[in-house]
Amino acid sequence: MDLIKMLAAEQMKNKYEDFRPGDTVKVQLKVVEGGKERYQTFEGICIAKKNSGLNESFILRKISNGIGVERTILLHSPMLHSLTVTRFGKVRKSKLYYLRDKVGKKARVKERKVYVTKRKD
Amino acid sequence: MKGIIGRKIGMMQLFDEAGKSVPVTVISAGPCTVTEIRTKDKNGYNAVQLGFGKANMKKVTKPVEGQYKKHNLAVLKHLREFRVEDPSVYEIGQEIKASVFEAGQYVDVVGTSIGKGFAGGIKRHHFNGGPKSHGSMSHRKPCSGGATDAARTIKGTRKPGHMGAGRVTVQGLKVVRVDSDKNLLVVKGAVPGAKSGLLLIKESVKAKKK
Repeated sequence: MDLIKMLAAEQMKNKYEDFRPGDTVKVQLKVVEGGKERYQTFEGICIAKKNSGLNESFILRKISNGIGVERTILLHSPMLHSLTVTRFGKVRKSKLYYLRDKVGKKARVKERKVYVTKRKD
Repeated sequence: MKGIIGRKIGMMQLFDEAGKSVPVTVISAGPCTVTEIRTKDKNGYNAVQLGFGKANMKKVTKPVEGQYKKHNLAVLKHLREFRVEDPSVYEIGQEIKASVFEAGQYVDVVGTSIGKGFAGGIKRHHFNGGPKSHGSMSHRKPCSGGATDAARTIKGTRKPGHMGAGRVTVQGLKVVRVDSDKNLLVVKGAVPGAKSGLLLIKESVKAKKK
């Protein structure tokens, strides 16, 4: 077991900020096209977080030109270049799969107010 | 033919250079000691005998202990032979580590599959089974055992019986990572057997031919 944990720890990244299902997240993904690398931006609501450790992943959902698009992203993947939370959402479930059946105004997520307390030091 | 004895630690996923998540099996391989060398002149075939793991001295009988004492070696738990082309490059007492393999190479892994006990035809031979309803009473039965013309069951007819707990070889697994300091061998894909099961890792037969 220790060997597995050791191998996983080597590839884990701890540099991203915390986010929960319901938050709107903006990610930059590395795309290799014809030997060239570029970054592709994808912004959407996180509707689920799955697994833990090295296999931790999350699903982002957005409506693109009226069509729902979802991407599953591995949190520790080397293809994930950056991750920022653009909006905090207030939800009562950990898996927001109900959003897939909702259209328009019903597919909204309430905003969660976040109070940042300044540390004294 | 290069070979080493190891233990299955478990499976996980690792990211490769292309950023893809790859399923891998982690093996704790070696260190092994060469305990005996078989030569064509003396034994009729060329092979090296490798020993692996610390033995429980309470369980070791004196004749077994004597075999190790002959060469001044520590008593080991498992002994396995690996056929080699040229046994003269090995010497008794030589330590074999995971570094006999390198990343990118292909290997065959031999293990003992997980025992399934007495299994029916569907699990053991992938039979289809009978209808589930409409008066059917033949749900998971193996059905016909062959023609009545023969007046006996032909040998080798697939029937329910003991399944698993046998020697299984998986060929052509790619070595993803080797760390001989930590006795670590990581191969892509699954290997037979339960966690902590004994494994023999050999150079791939098929990749060698190419």
